[in-house]
Amino acid sequence: MFELAIFDAALRMATPLILTALGGLFSERSGVINIALEGILLTGAFASIVATFYTGDPWVGAFAGILAGVLVSLIHAIVSIVFKADQIVSGVAINLLAMGATQFLTWIIWGSSANSPPVAGMAHWTLPESWGALARGVNAVIGHYPPLVYVALAAVFVSHLVLWRTPFGLRLRATGEHPEAVETLGVNVRKMRFAGVLLSGALAGLGGAFLALNTHQFVKNMSAGRGYIALAAMIFGKWNPLGALAACLLFGYAEAVQMGLQGRGVPTQFVQMIPYVLTMVALVGVIGRTRPPAASGKPY
Amino acid sequence: MAAANAIEMRGITKGYPRVLANDRVDLDVRKGEIHAIVGENGAGKSTLMKILYGLTPPDAGEIRLEGTRLNKHRPSDAIRAGLGMVHQHFMLVDTLTVAENVVLGEEPRVAGIMIDAAAARERVEKLSSQYGFELDPDEYIENLSVGLEQRVEIVKVLYRGARILILDEPTGVLTPQEVSELFVILRALREAGCTIVFITHKLDEVIELADRVTVMRDGRVTGVVEAAETTKEDLARMMVGRDVLLRVEKAPATAGDTVLAVRGLAAVGRKGTKVLEDVDLEIRAGEVLGVAGVQGNGQTELVEVLTGLRKAHAGEVLLGGADVTGLTPRAIRDLGVAHIPEDRQARGLVLEFTVAENLVLGRHHREPFSRRGVLRLDAIREHASELIRENDLRPPDPDVAAGTLSGGNQQKVIVAREFDGEPTLLVASQPTRGVDIGAVEFVHQSLLEMRDRGAAVLLVSAELSEIMTLSDRIAVMYGGRIVATFESGEVDEETLGLAMTGAWTGGATARSDGDRRATPEVTAA
Repeated sequence: MFELAIFDAALRMATPLILTALGGLFSERSGVINIALEGILLTGAFASIVATFYTGDPWVGAFAGILAGVLVSLIHAIVSIVFKADQIVSGVAINLLAMGATQFLTWIIWGSSANSPPVAGMAHWTLPESWGALARGVNAVIGHYPPLVYVALAAVFVSHLVLWRTPFGLRLRATGEHPEAVETLGVNVRKMRFAGVLLSGALAGLGGAFLALNTHQFVKNMSAGRGYIALAAMIFGKWNPLGALAACLLFGYAEAVQMGLQGRGVPTQFVQMIPYVLTMVALVGVIGRTRPPAASGKPY
Repeated sequence: MAAANAIEMRGITKGYPRVLANDRVDLDVRKGEIHAIVGENGAGKSTLMKILYGLTPPDAGEIRLEGTRLNKHRPSDAIRAGLGMVHQHFMLVDTLTVAENVVLGEEPRVAGIMIDAAAARERVEKLSSQYGFELDPDEYIENLSVGLEQRVEIVKVLYRGARILILDEPTGVLTPQEVSELFVILRALREAGCTIVFITHKLDEVIELADRVTVMRDGRVTGVVEAAETTKEDLARMMVGRDVLLRVEKAPATAGDTVLAVRGLAAVGRKGTKVLEDVDLEIRAGEVLGVAGVQGNGQTELVEVLTGLRKAHAGEVLLGGADVTGLTPRAIRDLGVAHIPEDRQARGLVLEFTVAENLVLGRHHREPFSRRGVLRLDAIREHASELIRENDLRPPDPDVAAGTLSGGNQQKVIVAREFDGEPTLLVASQPTRGVDIGAVEFVHQSLLEMRDRGAAVLLVSAELSEIMTLSDRIAVMYGGRIVATFESGEVDEETLGLAMTGAWTGGATARSDGDRRATPEVTAA
């Protein structure tokens, strides 16, 4: 259970969670609960494979994932910010819509009810072998994982800086805590919340793209609750990026262990529960001791 | 031409579906004066200020700030024009620091995109020392007292270059000491050339602080007077439209047997902190015990424990000699305890329910209001009509939702329900918070009436004047303890205020058990 291969897999499993959890964080910090992350993740995964399928370029696929995420989150933003509808209801509706729509479009595009044909994955960032020792060193560090793994890790630190060191971050956090206060200071609460929700869509969409590109195809309902697990990780990480990173690595590890244990005699049904059980245990341990943004979930 | 008026509002009209909040209101505030706007709740003061600040657009009217016309403006325009508002409910983000709250929305920057935290801190420190605010820029808001929070609000508007400050009910949550400190600050700001508008319903403060006064009633201006040339009585008449009893007539108490006895009561809060510690109390039939204290010093928790809403950690509560510690709220109610909760909308009423339904809550499960588990709607309505008539509730309709009533009438519904059925102990928490003078009069008279009919009354209030006029004895809470108890009439506001800050030491040395009337009794310091 502690082989290097497990840690290796853990980081890959954690990557979509990290991006999605960061997304959830921007949204909730602005005061909008984004349970639609699950659907956004799924849509992002689907869009990335469609784009890669037609262009042959997984980077175009990644961009398509982001775009799809932003579009889906735009629905959530309009419904919950402009029309002040219940954010949970809107999120659940989007998740159901995403599940049905991606499956339907899979059938329309590829004539399959289950999955897309395989597409090219993302090439690792490597230097040519001819560069010698330098290339070997760089490749061992940077070339080991798909590029989006590094993008996700960088996003954690960038998010941290944005949230705690920029005027935008200060306003976003204040909006999630006390929107009236922000409004009286002449900051537009709506704009801040739109920014938070759309950013969350972009990040979760990219997370979906990684999820699909890493397996080189789209499989129906492939998000499999990862959007919810990412939300749990965000809560477990106390609504801050470094905490969320740690929580995602833990959940990613559970998922890797789960995959490692399959076919080793333990009934798969139990093995497959591991990440979800861990999520619940973590939440039970942490709930009541953390504090969500005060205005999170409250329409303004 | 330099305008002599800092603020000019002409013919401001604003209607809401059921009320005309502002009806052709004119307001002139001269440069460099302290101008008070007084009126009852619902008179339209807050609406007027929201319109001025750009939070609400008026239906009609014209606004000029220092001669410049504002049209369809937003708060950001008002701020730019030199207006700053200190809201009644502070607009501070608890989880941010003082400096962050001050610069929010107008952050000093380095490299274009990052916040210049050092500059923010420096600006706050400079403003703070200039007016003697004594604020630590790095402290988090949640760790500050209410008085300090208010100073942060003032620094916030000064940081934005405000020359005109609006303070909405600034003294409601302050101790007397904090109020006098605030007045010192406001006068200093006036000397520095600022114009100050302050909204209040406390007439003493108007007379003490203001240069001029605008009085509002029912959305209209009913008078503009020089503070030096008016009296409290005149102002009250303009506010209410009739003569008002500013002092309650009260006969001396004829106290009987002990109704409530509390011994060594302790309770812990959400984070395991002690919110009540070693509280001893005793109230006899026919007397009012007032509990004074700055909000958040255990009064809320004390009331919750007494009414069964919160678990006691240690100690006991005896009602008529019987131990009721740990009983459910219903069991305690059934023993004759009435409760006027401090948050009437959250705990006193179900706003979506009708007045008739609200009037039987807590007794709805008993005869005659239900039989064999089924509500008897006729009995409930009849009961409601009776109470509506007796208590002059408006509108006199048992079928309207409680949420549509004015604050004063909502409170009357609660009072009518709780006083119905001869309670032996009455726990009243902030019974007149946010209600108009007429309803205050009603609540006060009702409380004393209950007392004279032999009920024991526990009155928790943040209004010192209320505590002093109604109480027979006064207990002061600080930090979850009762730090002093006084006989009413033997103590002045100064002393009470001092005790509320925990700084009272007067009784510790001069304590003499022989003469309770002359010497305040100090328990558990």
